[in-house]
Amino acid sequence: MKATEKILTGLATIVMVAGIAVAGDANKIVVDGSTTVGPIAKAFAEYYMGKHPEVNITVSESGSGNGAKSMINAACDVATMSRPMKNSEKKAAQDAGVQVIEQIVAMDGLALAVHPSNPIANLTIEQVRDIYTGKIKNWKELGGPDRPIVVISRDTNSGTYESFETLVMNKQKIGERVEYVGSNGAIRQRLLGTPAAIGYVGLAFTEGVKALTINGVQATPETVTSKKYPISRPLYMYTNGRPTKGSALFNFINLSETPEGKKIVEDVGFVPVK
Amino acid sequence: MTDSATNGMRPDMPSLLLSNRARLRLRIAETFGNGFLLTVTSLSTLAVLFIFYFIARDALPFFRLEGFREFFTSVRWYPSAGDAEFGALAILFGSALVTLGAILVAVPLGIAAAICLSDVLPFAVRQIVKPIIEILAAIPSVAYGFFALVVLAPLLQQNGGPILGVAVWIIGLPVAALAIAVLADMMTDRLPDRTRSRVRWLIVCLSGAGAIAALTFAGKTLAGLHISSGTNALNVSIILGIMALPTVVSVSEDALQAVGRELREGSYALGATRAETLLRVVLPAAGSGILAAVILGVMRAIGETMVVWMASGNATQIPHPWYKLLEPVRTLTATIAGDMGEADQTTGSTRYHVLFAMALCLLVFSFLCNLSSEWIIRRARKKAGA
Repeated sequence: MKATEKILTGLATIVMVAGIAVAGDANKIVVDGSTTVGPIAKAFAEYYMGKHPEVNITVSESGSGNGAKSMINAACDVATMSRPMKNSEKKAAQDAGVQVIEQIVAMDGLALAVHPSNPIANLTIEQVRDIYTGKIKNWKELGGPDRPIVVISRDTNSGTYESFETLVMNKQKIGERVEYVGSNGAIRQRLLGTPAAIGYVGLAFTEGVKALTINGVQATPETVTSKKYPISRPLYMYTNGRPTKGSALFNFINLSETPEGKKIVEDVGFVPVK
Repeated sequence: MTDSATNGMRPDMPSLLLSNRARLRLRIAETFGNGFLLTVTSLSTLAVLFIFYFIARDALPFFRLEGFREFFTSVRWYPSAGDAEFGALAILFGSALVTLGAILVAVPLGIAAAICLSDVLPFAVRQIVKPIIEILAAIPSVAYGFFALVVLAPLLQQNGGPILGVAVWIIGLPVAALAIAVLADMMTDRLPDRTRSRVRWLIVCLSGAGAIAALTFAGKTLAGLHISSGTNALNVSIILGIMALPTVVSVSEDALQAVGRELREGSYALGATRAETLLRVVLPAAGSGILAAVILGVMRAIGETMVVWMASGNATQIPHPWYKLLEPVRTLTATIAGDMGEADQTTGSTRYHVLFAMALCLLVFSFLCNLSSEWIIRRARKKAGA
């Protein structure tokens, strides 16, 4: 008698667990990709899960390239990217049977930032380029104190780096003395501790450091949206095929179009799409 | 049965002989057990072979496409540009420089600590100190990296010169004192008793003055330095040195212990002082073991990724002059870790394969290190046995 009871309870548990697992799958959204879009995706996920507790959203930040890779390998439902998908990636996706759909969720400006004690307030985009190629080596060449410039870049693995390369470097190569750092936060950390440093970060990461004006234009939400600020870019979320209307995935992706979503985008320091 | 009957035992006593069934079961269990252990062992061996195979398989296409010349001779590393360049010389050099720096930190400190542990400290103190040193090995490398980035880097930037100046004194003074003491001891060894102490004092005073002058000069020069970027080869060398320390200390302490009591007592019995016993008997006898410890420490340093990625600055350059540890450098491990995400796996691009070429370089190097340390230890054991 007891044995049968045990078996029955065991079976019931298995059925229940399986049921939960199946139900969970339908409401599970895996997000992977850019460390820049990460804060948006995380805030969206938090907001959405607060409203729909049955939905489970996990957000990883492994870089835009890794996001695209996950998408191609069907390891995620949403790939967040801070650059548009390359043709080679799109082709690989197509070959893998993944039909990528692009959605712009926010605009981002790359702010050039320095230590708060740095007297320099404005640089032209050509000067920024010369600093990063290594042509300008000392702050005194720009009218600042006599200190060698510590030039900091994001790692070549990041979408931010590629955006910077396309938006600023104009096919010129970044110099050999440039230091590479693994995240926006790490750049901010280095800038805060290094008086002679310059680095570029997303608009959301300028707290505490001094953001420079470029060509006389301050990086603000308005100048970024209007593209008056020269170093600005859209941020993307990619899905495999167009999500069905009303599904959790659809609602999650389209949060950026709702007033609440726009507020969230602003709160994490980016510029909402119009 | 007949045996037990003749021995006068009760027939229901358990026989010491196993029944056929039990014996069969035992044999099956034994075969199974042995087979299982063999599988596990060969799995780990196979894992090494597979790692070699797969890394080589993905590395060879790079050399086939680009040849060896650019990779090993050019310092231009632009893997993401339209006209990509894959010169890894600066990166190879960065790895070498950082490892050299780590050796400079870990080896003197580690061997001194090992000698202290095995021959100088009383047993009770040693029982406390050794585990503490070994804790260093248990700290996760990302914690070291965080420390290097958040504490050490700003410290070097703000007060780098003075800190280095003070460090020279802190390291130099005891080393000089030790060296002078040993030197004076050895030089006055053969002198007659009456003149010995006077000559010894003379030597101590003279070389002491020389050492202090040298230290003052070095300290002043270093204190005047200004470090513009705290994430540099020096920062990483210090941290890697500390990380390699437990390996160096443990293995060389074991080597020193293995020298044995008899040799030490023999030396003391011949009238040698502790310094003489250490320098002339124990250290030479433990030499190959200590060398193996150093090689293991090197492997620890060259393979470390997280710390160098966070705190070496990752600038692809060979510093001018080459030994300038205050410049940011980039290492193989950090490059592999940092570039892996964007390297296009699906299309199998050159940028992807070049990382495997680097991994192969690292693997070959560690393999050679491991082999040589194995060889050295085996030779030492043979010598000790003979």
